[in-house]
Order: sequence, then structure tokens, then C-alpha cells
Amino acid sequence: MHEWALAEAVIAAASQIAEEEGLREVTEVKLKVGELQNLELDLLEFAFSQLKPIKFKNAKLNVEMEKAEFKCRVCGTQWFFKRNELDSSSSEAIHFLPETTHIYIKCPKCGSPDFEILHGRGVLLESIRGVK
Amino acid sequence: MVDPRTSIIDDRLRDVNRIIAVSSGKGGVGKSLVASTLALTLAAKGYEVGLFDLDFSSPSTHMILGIKGVQPKEERGILPPVIYGLRYMSIVYYSGEYATPLRGADTSNALIELLSVTKWGKLDFLVIDMPPGIGDATLDLMRFIKKIEFLIVTTPSQLAFETVRKLVSLLKELKIPIIGVVENMKMNSSSVIKEKIRRLGVEFLVEIPFDPKVEEAIGDVNKLLNTVLAKKVNDVASKIVK
Repeated sequence: MHEWALAEAVIAAASQIAEEEGLREVTEVKLKVGELQNLELDLLEFAFSQLKPIKFKNAKLNVEMEKAEFKCRVCGTQWFFKRNELDSSSSEAIHFLPETTHIYIKCPKCGSPDFEILHGRGVLLESIRGVK
Repeated sequence: MVDPRTSIIDDRLRDVNRIIAVSSGKGGVGKSLVASTLALTLAAKGYEVGLFDLDFSSPSTHMILGIKGVQPKEERGILPPVIYGLRYMSIVYYSGEYATPLRGADTSNALIELLSVTKWGKLDFLVIDMPPGIGDATLDLMRFIKKIEFLIVTTPSQLAFETVRKLVSLLKELKIPIIGVVENMKMNSSSVIKEKIRRLGVEFLVEIPFDPKVEEAIGDVNKLLNTVLAKKVNDVASKIVK
């Protein structure tokens, strides 16, 4: 996912939670980001700092990266994502649309594109902290 | 834990006036042709129009429109390129010519991803070419896009109609607006489908005769807009903008 679009989405979601929880100031936003997103964390933090509203002025963005792991639905093989085995255009496509993983990656044992992404896809807003 | 992407979808579509999902119960009824031609026709009438190909496993609007070698621009999100007056978005920018073997959860994730990153800007109409049936993409659109309306395409086949009947019944139950039904590829003057559609309490929009010239027009927008199909779709567009 695009870093700026993600920062905007994180702020929208965190603002909604802050509103529901009656926080007047948000001090921390905790994210879990899958490796498949191929995010540039510096760019994400920069986008977050540029887009954050007043309520978030002292908010720190904490990002935990999660390694991507796959399991083949056909033969059961489990393996980890290795970005350096992809060419730049496949890597770019996966960055924008992680589901294209099923196009550019195949099971290393049987070659099937039908595998489960066990971990490392998507972005989750784990928690926010703030002052009431 | 919250998926933050879903919080931004409303905002991304805030300046889109109407969102029309061109849908069908079955594949092969000409839905992508109707969606592409409708988008072109609305743009030709002077409206700001987007076309979003949501048929992830079998995208085809790029072939219908003859789109090649174009990529969206990145500007704090993804800006769909303007092609033939349409802001155009499709998975093919990322999947190329390869097969896209996606299961249900992957389809949902890809849909949420594209809805949350694509910046459509101000549009009068966003036309969505849907995958056939009432699977994940259809259910997700109903979940995420509150102002969605459906335009349904069928053929004279009883089999196609039966799936349309189920789609209409689901949409009515969920109180989702249905613009009407188009009967495509008509080869005789039977009014069976028209009557059945009316009995469902849905507007029958137009009959489109089977036109062998449509196949020759694939990839050539000017030819496409001169087909009988385009003339009939123009009638549908006129009803939509009324």
C-alpha cells in the first residue's frame, strides 16, 4: 500500500477510535505492518507527521514489522517471503497490491500459486494511547 | 485491532456523485462491454466519469478500450490515468497479462486495497465493471459503498435470467437501488425476459440486439461507439442522467 494513503487511513481510523474513547490527545499509535506491504518506514513516518491533525501533534507512530510466511494449499509446504528473489517490477506490484503475490510467487516445492498468506499481509492498527 | 484501510474508503469516494455497479448473475452476458460503453457515453455527454474494473480474475475493459502501456500516477495515493476521457483503474496495472488466481479473502483484500488507495477526485459517475454473480466483490461493495446502485445485464437465456432474478432479490432485500436491467445479445423479438423483469418490479431499460460488429470493435473506441450496442447504451445513459 502506498505510504501516504496508508498514513491517511491510519489517521482516519485512529481519529475515529480517539473520538469513541473520548481522548482529547493521542500520544501513541501502534501499527503492525506485514512485510508484503514493502513499506518505506521513513516515508510512512514522514507522511504521518505531515498529515496528523492537532489532536495527534505529540503522537508517536510505533510500527512493528511482521515477516511474511506462506503455506501451500496443495502440498502443505511452508516458506518465508524473500524479496531479493523478485525482480523490481514484481516487487513494485506486490507493494501496491499484495494479492499479486499469487501471480509472482509460487510454491517452491510444487509450483502452485494456491497458497495461504499465514502472516505478513496487510496493516493493522493495534492500539492507540492518549489523554482523556 | 482495526484494518485502517476501511476507514478511508468513504473519504476516497466523497466527491463521487453516483456509483454504478454494472453486474450480472452469470458471466459472458456482455457486462464489461456495457460498462465500458456506458462510461464512454457518459463522458461524451460531458460528465466526469471513472471506470473501475473489479473483475480481478478476468479483467477485460482494458482490452475493450484498447489500453496498453499506461500506469497510474502516485501522488499521496494512486491517481487513475485519464484515458478517452475516463479515469481508469484496473488490477491489470499490477497483474499485467498474467492469470490472477485469487481466493475469496484475497479478492476482498485486493478490493479494499484499491478502494483505499485510489484517489478518484471529483466525479459525476463512477462505473464499476463487476465480476459475475454475488460473490465477495459484490458483497464487499455493498458493505463499503453506501451509495452504490446496480445496473444489471442479462441475455435472453433463461439461465442468465434465473441468476439475475436471484441478484435482484438479494439487492431488493438489502434495499440497494437498482437502476434497471439491460437485455443484451437479443436474437429475436420475444418479450419473455422484458415481462419477467417487469414482474420483478424492476425497470426494463433496453434490448440490445446481437451485433457481430461488436467483436471487430474490441480495442477501438471509435468503432465501439458506432455499434448498435453503443446506440442502445446511449438510451440507458440518457435514462441514468435524467
